[in-house]
Parts: sequence; structure tokens; C-alpha cells
Amino acid sequence: MSGHEITLVVNGVARRVSVPARRLLSDCLRHDLGLTGTHVGCEHGVCGCCTVLLDGEPVRSCLTFAVTVDGQEITTVEGLAGPDGMSAVQRAFAECHGLQCGFCTPGFLCTVTALLRENPAPTEEEVVEGVSGNLCRCTGYQNIIKAVHRAADLMAEES
Amino acid sequence: MKPAPFEYHAPREVDAALDALAEAGAEGKVLAGGQSLIPMLNMRLAAPAHLVDINRVSALAAVETTARGVRVGALARHAQIFRSAPVAAVQPLLRQALGLVAHPAIRSRGTVVGSLVHADPAAELPAVLALLGGSVRLAARGAEREVAARDFFVGPMEAAIRPGELAVSAFFPALGARSGTAFAEVARRHGDYALAGVCALVVLDEDLRVSAARVACIGVGPVPLVLDVSGHGADWASAARAVQDEAEPEADIHATAEYRRHLLGVLTERALRAAARSAGSDDGEGEGG
Repeated sequence: MSGHEITLVVNGVARRVSVPARRLLSDCLRHDLGLTGTHVGCEHGVCGCCTVLLDGEPVRSCLTFAVTVDGQEITTVEGLAGPDGMSAVQRAFAECHGLQCGFCTPGFLCTVTALLRENPAPTEEEVVEGVSGNLCRCTGYQNIIKAVHRAADLMAEES
Repeated sequence: MKPAPFEYHAPREVDAALDALAEAGAEGKVLAGGQSLIPMLNMRLAAPAHLVDINRVSALAAVETTARGVRVGALARHAQIFRSAPVAAVQPLLRQALGLVAHPAIRSRGTVVGSLVHADPAAELPAVLALLGGSVRLAARGAEREVAARDFFVGPMEAAIRPGELAVSAFFPALGARSGTAFAEVARRHGDYALAGVCALVVLDEDLRVSAARVACIGVGPVPLVLDVSGHGADWASAARAVQDEAEPEADIHATAEYRRHLLGVLTERALRAAARSAGSDDGEGEGG
């Protein structure tokens, strides 16, 4: 079933891989590239767990074919930390207890990273709307909302 | 939850896409943003033998804004149109509607034209096209036709597009002088398809009296329900009752028919009032929600 030779630039590294056309980006990342940080929940775009950044924009990797994004840049949760350690968004989630079981967390981290890049000081409403496409069954969302505000503060302090 | 195998075509030019679609015939399907198609493939509700991926046809990403309106290419993403200040200046209803479409991660990939072709009866964009009297341009090998919104939406998830055709763009007419628009809807959760929704267009005359008023309703019929309510003046409650009388909503697990009819009245009044307010303020920016 392998048929298409594609190159994905994942977390800054060009990865060449051979995939069938029907390979979802989420499965390509996990199975072909071994990057299991991207989680797969519903596989029809509802839960948001598989959210990654495609050329900087948040997308559902379960609603994207790997062949379609040949040559494009992808950032997964594994690529959010920098050389000095976890990103501000990751630290804020840890500090505010914005996760419990962790299943939804990679999707939230990618979504929030993109949200704060576009809107560095979101209002409460903008935060709630911004994460409305990601489901969490543990936290009740309050700590996630807090973490987004905290991440915005950290990024402002550190910039 | 994995798509069935398919033959993959990745054209770079419109002509090559049309050739691939012509050869695939009824077994062919176009992949643009994929935010409705890929869930259907994953759940195997659809299993086309050929998928023509137009994501590399950069000519289809064009968005042309003129005084007459906005022509949106087949590859223009929701997010791109949502953020566009020139588009919002010419036709504010697009931004008002797109703020209600799904979530940011879906809007980064999903396309405006794809949503029109998908023709979900609860989707916002078909109602916008229908309310404004826009059109969709369909190309096939050696032929092109422009289909008016009223002829384009045929039934639930059914648009007037034939095998071998590609929807290359959609045209949304500009907002006229002393006109305003608004979109109001109620969904169970933010970003869900609405239980019911209403977008409204109100035009005032030089003395700021209502000269025309129109609504398009979603979630309450097989296709967007467009109704002219100009005869009610500024009596929005009366217009809302007329819309309730015309609609024939159905019940499902999310809401009863009666509840949808109730929502329709509330939302019609709300959308018309907001559209009239923005028409009067003359900056054209109505309110969503």
C-alpha cells in the first residue's frame, strides 16, 4: 500500500516517508515517524486531541492526509519545547494543573500555542472560544483557561 | 475509522484537475479542505474510488474583492476569509457567519466553497450565499457555468454539481448603501452545527425607513429557507411570526420541531433588529451571536 514518497518537515527536521494516499497525517506521525505525542481520539474532528501546527496554523491531523501536506512544516507537541526546556504554554499548563490524565494535552498545547501567537493577550471569552474545539474529560476546563492566561503572562514577561 | 483505499490525483493546474474529474466520473470526489469529506471517509460514509486533491492548484486560492462583491476561490480557507479586512468591508456577513463556523483548527483548513458544495442544511455559509443572492461557478472539461444560489442548493447535503464538475469559486454580492446584516444562531455547544440559525439583510431608504428586509434560516428545512419580510416594516416581531409560519422544522435527537420553531422566532427578531441597527449606523458592521 506504500506508494507516495513524501517529505514532511516535522519539528524542524525533514523526514522522508513512503505512505499510501489514505494515510492520515495523525497516523503518519505516530506510526511512520514514531512521534506518539500526537494523540488520536475521535478521528472525525470533534475531540481536538490530534491538533498539530501546519505551517504554524492549528489543524486536525486526523482530518488531513499526509500526502496533501507533502513539503509543508509540521510542529507536534514534541516540537514545542525549546533548547532551554518547556515552552511557556507547557510550563503554564503544569503550573496551573491544566491537565490530569494528559490524553487531550498535546492538542490543547498546540491549539493554545497558535492562539497566543495570533492573540498574545486574549480576553476570557477569546480564550474560551479558542479552546472550544478541544475536549477534556478530566479537568472541567477551569484550570486550562487559567493556564492560557498564565501562559500569556509568562510570554509577555519573557519577551 | 480509516478511509477505504482510493486512487489519488494531485493536479497543479485547474485543467489537470478537470481532466482527472472527467475520467473519474461519478466515482470521483474533490478534496479541498477535507473538514467534512475526511470525517465521512474515516467513518466510511463515503468511499470514492478517485480523490482529486486540489490543494496544489494555487490559482484556486484567489480571493477577489471589488465594489460589486467578493469572489472566493475554491481553495480559500475559512480563516483567510474570516481575517480579511477588505472582504469584511465589502460584505460583513461573511465574517459574521464564519465566526460561528466550527473551531479555529477546522477554520484553518476548511474552505468556503467546500462548505457550499457540502450543502449541510445546518451550515452557515449556504444561507449567506442564498440570502445575498450569490452564485457558484462550476467548471468541467471544456465548459463553465454559473449557478445561482437558489438553484444550487437542491436538498440536504445535495448541491447542483454534476460528476466531472469542479466548483472553482463562489461570488458573494457586496452590501449596498444603508444596508446591514447580522447572523444569530443557537447551538448546543460553541462551534457545533446550530439547532436553528437566521441571517438577515435589512436595507433602509433615505429617510431610514425599512425598504427591504430578508432572512435566510438554517437547520429548519432541507435547504436554506430564504424569506422576504419587507412587508412588515420595522415590526420585527410580526416578521418573526411570519417566518415561524412559513418554516416546517423537523424534530431530531437534539431538539423538537416546536423548539426549533420557537428559536426561529427569537432568532429572526434578533437578527433583523441587529441588521437594521447596523444599516442605520451606516458602517455596515452588524452583530453576530
